[in-house]
Amino acid sequence: MKQYDLVIVGGGPAGLAAAVSAKDSGIDSILIIERDKELGGILNQCIHNGFGLHTFKEELTGPEYASRFISQAAERGIAYKLNTMVMDISPEKKVTAMNREDGMFEIEAKAVILAMGCRERSRGALNIPGYRPAGIYSAGTAQRLVNMEGYMPGREVVILGSGDIGLIMARRMTLEGAKVKVVAELMPYSGGLKRNIVQCLDDFDIPLKLSHTVVDIEGKERVEAVTIAEVGCDRRPIPGTEERYTCDTLLLSCGLIPENELSKSAGVSINPVTSGPVVNDSLETNISGIFACGNVLHVHDLVDYVSQEAAAAGKNAAAYIKNGAPAETKTVEIHPVDGVRYTVPKYIRPAEMDDHLTVRFRVGEVYKNRCIAVYFDDTLISRRKRPVMAPGEMEQVILSKAKLSEFPDLGKITIRIEEGE
Amino acid sequence: MYDVAIIGAGVTGSAIARELSRYQANICVIDREEDVCGGTSKANSAIIHAGFDAAPGSLKARLNVRGNQMMDALAKELDIPFLRNGSLVTCTKDQDRSGLEALLEKGKKNGVPDLRILERGELLTLEPNLGDDVVCALYAPTGGIVCPFHMTMAFAENACVNGVSFFLNTKVTSIRKEDAGYAIETTHTDTGAAETFRAKAVVNAAGVYADTLNNMVSSRKIHITARKGEYCLLDKDAGTHVSHTIFQLPSKMGKGVLVTPTVHGNLLVGPTAVDVENKEAVNTTQDGLDTLSRTASLSVKNLPMRQVITSFAGLRAHEDGDDFVIGEAPDAKGFINAAGIESPGLSSAPAIGETVAELVRGLLSLSEKPDFVAERRGILRPETLSMEERNRLIRENPAYGNIICRCEMITEGEILDAIHRPLGARSLDGVKRRTRAGMGRCQAGFCSPRTMEILEREVPMRIYDITKNGVGSNIVVGVNKEL
Amino acid sequence: MSTRELTCIGCPLGCAVTVTLENGTVTGVAGNTCPRGDAYARKEVTNPTRIVTSTVRVKGGAVPMTNVKTASDIPKDKIFDCVNALRDVVVTAPVNIGDVILPDAAGTGVAIVAARNVPVSSEMRQL
Repeated sequence: MKQYDLVIVGGGPAGLAAAVSAKDSGIDSILIIERDKELGGILNQCIHNGFGLHTFKEELTGPEYASRFISQAAERGIAYKLNTMVMDISPEKKVTAMNREDGMFEIEAKAVILAMGCRERSRGALNIPGYRPAGIYSAGTAQRLVNMEGYMPGREVVILGSGDIGLIMARRMTLEGAKVKVVAELMPYSGGLKRNIVQCLDDFDIPLKLSHTVVDIEGKERVEAVTIAEVGCDRRPIPGTEERYTCDTLLLSCGLIPENELSKSAGVSINPVTSGPVVNDSLETNISGIFACGNVLHVHDLVDYVSQEAAAAGKNAAAYIKNGAPAETKTVEIHPVDGVRYTVPKYIRPAEMDDHLTVRFRVGEVYKNRCIAVYFDDTLISRRKRPVMAPGEMEQVILSKAKLSEFPDLGKITIRIEEGE
Repeated sequence: MYDVAIIGAGVTGSAIARELSRYQANICVIDREEDVCGGTSKANSAIIHAGFDAAPGSLKARLNVRGNQMMDALAKELDIPFLRNGSLVTCTKDQDRSGLEALLEKGKKNGVPDLRILERGELLTLEPNLGDDVVCALYAPTGGIVCPFHMTMAFAENACVNGVSFFLNTKVTSIRKEDAGYAIETTHTDTGAAETFRAKAVVNAAGVYADTLNNMVSSRKIHITARKGEYCLLDKDAGTHVSHTIFQLPSKMGKGVLVTPTVHGNLLVGPTAVDVENKEAVNTTQDGLDTLSRTASLSVKNLPMRQVITSFAGLRAHEDGDDFVIGEAPDAKGFINAAGIESPGLSSAPAIGETVAELVRGLLSLSEKPDFVAERRGILRPETLSMEERNRLIRENPAYGNIICRCEMITEGEILDAIHRPLGARSLDGVKRRTRAGMGRCQAGFCSPRTMEILEREVPMRIYDITKNGVGSNIVVGVNKEL
Repeated sequence: MSTRELTCIGCPLGCAVTVTLENGTVTGVAGNTCPRGDAYARKEVTNPTRIVTSTVRVKGGAVPMTNVKTASDIPKDKIFDCVNALRDVVVTAPVNIGDVILPDAAGTGVAIVAARNVPVSSEMRQL
């Protein structure tokens, strides 16, 4: 059986940044396993610009952002296997993988970093009634067809969901000659960036209909028309508000789901809110030596944050490999309440954590002029005013080890959205 | 001139074709769809019923029980995924228990073995997730589940190997009696080309359109209503929520819906039952989907309906007489109906095949073929092999080391097999139904571009000609900047 | 006098900004909550520009397409001209990030450059 100190499952932005960081932390025996034919992950099909403002202080396209990290990995001589599927991860960190050349093989790893990314919610999961013809694609599938294969999946398009991929695809399809008739969004707000609404929809006079959903799909062979309707507060369609759009294509951009089938097989506990692993301040799961980062952990808004988080996972995995599992120590749970949907990480070990720890989360609705408040038990520790917060964007607070050390008997940390200054 | 032309390549037509292929005869199967199993056979409960439901003495009762008995041997011979998981008909505290006893009596008359009524205590040891109001249930250990695609394809492939010709994308427009038999006029659904098939005998296995065909040649009119059934398919994570097929005792509120595991490990909920005018109306409806989750919860609690990965609708061919119509049309010699095949049609298919083949054999005095090949092997599933065997396979054919569908872990090797075997796949759905590539939780989001590449290379075909499921369902419409 | 309604893209707040113009000159900006909104609005009504990204076909590459972008932002009304200029462009592998694909995108004076590396297809290399 092959042995590596660190096996990283997934060669997208998370896996690459984790590998680079682990190498820089002194680990030489690293293997990245990637199922696609090249490194870079989903960034390779994201040809729009706007990546890397935080990391590289410039606006890059997805493939450019990926190539920076691919170069960093190459400079460090980090090993990787392409076209290779991880089939199983055991709780003992035995990784079973398969490809054409090596067949099915097992690797014993001292630590594993989960970096498998996420997938898109499908039409079936959305329970949209109607026919099941050709012409219904997730926005990401259409993105791959257009940007990587050069094929147009349709001529007249309706898009359901105003997440960033949906908005980006509205512009892409328009620029390649298709007519995007409308973008419908179930929620009363868009999950996408303002910039994308302006530059992908407004620039091309594509209407965005908030609080609308698809209630019927017509066409037996290929989509012929889509009917959308307004929804009420209960998100159910309001009879009488139906509008029919003739089109040959329906793109779905209705949310991303972390791909944790392998994590589950390893016994990793999953947070039902994020659909990603429950992790501590090291980004380590409940299975000792198995770490997670990137969109498999929770769906991110910006790839820069993926890279930051993955670098932390790489560094922490390196420490684990060098020092072994730390002794049992006091663990404090972070409670997300009052508008905070979840936090990553969920558990903090004050004795083990870094001096400053970034805790990321999302809010459940759009808030204007509210504060993010952090409590250690009942003591208010910090309060930060935010002019606006929206579910589409990640928020963060930074916890300080020094502050935590002032609370030796700390029972819980609470993060909440509050009124006031 | 064919000896026999079978119209319809669903499970009924394919089962008949397979049974007839035992004999020395020139046989063809004609279907308007691009693949076998393109109509009613692809969208149903995937159940091999025990046979207690149909009226004693009916064709449905007799052929269901016989078909059920044939399944073990057939599954082995034709390599069809089949499992006798047993079925339960649940009775809630608000329902009349006598209905269950009546069902038990009917089942006994139909010859269904080992039926008994279980009380709640015993039931819960079998099925912990039964609804809180379920007080007792009729248990039928011979009930089973099957993959309807594989069952139909197994029949069709085996018939094909034994010399039956299949004409797909071929729509029958008229049938007329001639001196020596029948002339069947057809149109190719893609090219529009007309072709006439002549056959001594015609088997009408045309599903919801079997009435139209019968009424072209017989004055004994039959009338088929399309009865829509909507279903939800749940993720494999939910596949063990129940292990038996859970029916509901019919009540004045309706026939109820079933909850069942599938042979592939998903959970299936359905069907609704709504008569529709349009025989092409395989659309799902908001009402239907709402009804399913509401009704299913009466028999099974905590159904994880959030884990639905797809929903679909099928049309059952309901004949006014409420029984299968099987046999030679009284005033059209050599025109044999296999019509009105609604539930339990899938369960009865093996027996219908046997019955109709016997009829045709007698009619045309066919003799057995000495070189009939009874065995058929399905697509090899590498996941059933040990690591050692799997590696041997990959060394022989590296395509088995290349995962294409990552939800269902389907390899390129399996997809190549699906394309290159008899009646091979030519569309994304064709690949999906044979291999399950694209049938998982992401519903082909990731693998469809890769499957398209393989179809383009292997069939070979132009990327523009690749369809979801036949003429008109093309996936891409052009290249960038061309529109 | 005319007015233009804009959504500021400076931050998630997305202020609805109203710009007042007189003979093409901005005379007032209202609705913004910070100086960035003012600056954005003034530029957006007088000289709106965008980075344009697209794809072009690659001959002999390990993948069939590369993606490209304008080296800097171009006038917004040139977006379609710029994309159309790429319609029949085919490049030959290898393609490296930064390679100039078109020196002057639709008369803007801005080059269109490759934004993805495409190595030569390994099958090609064997030939």
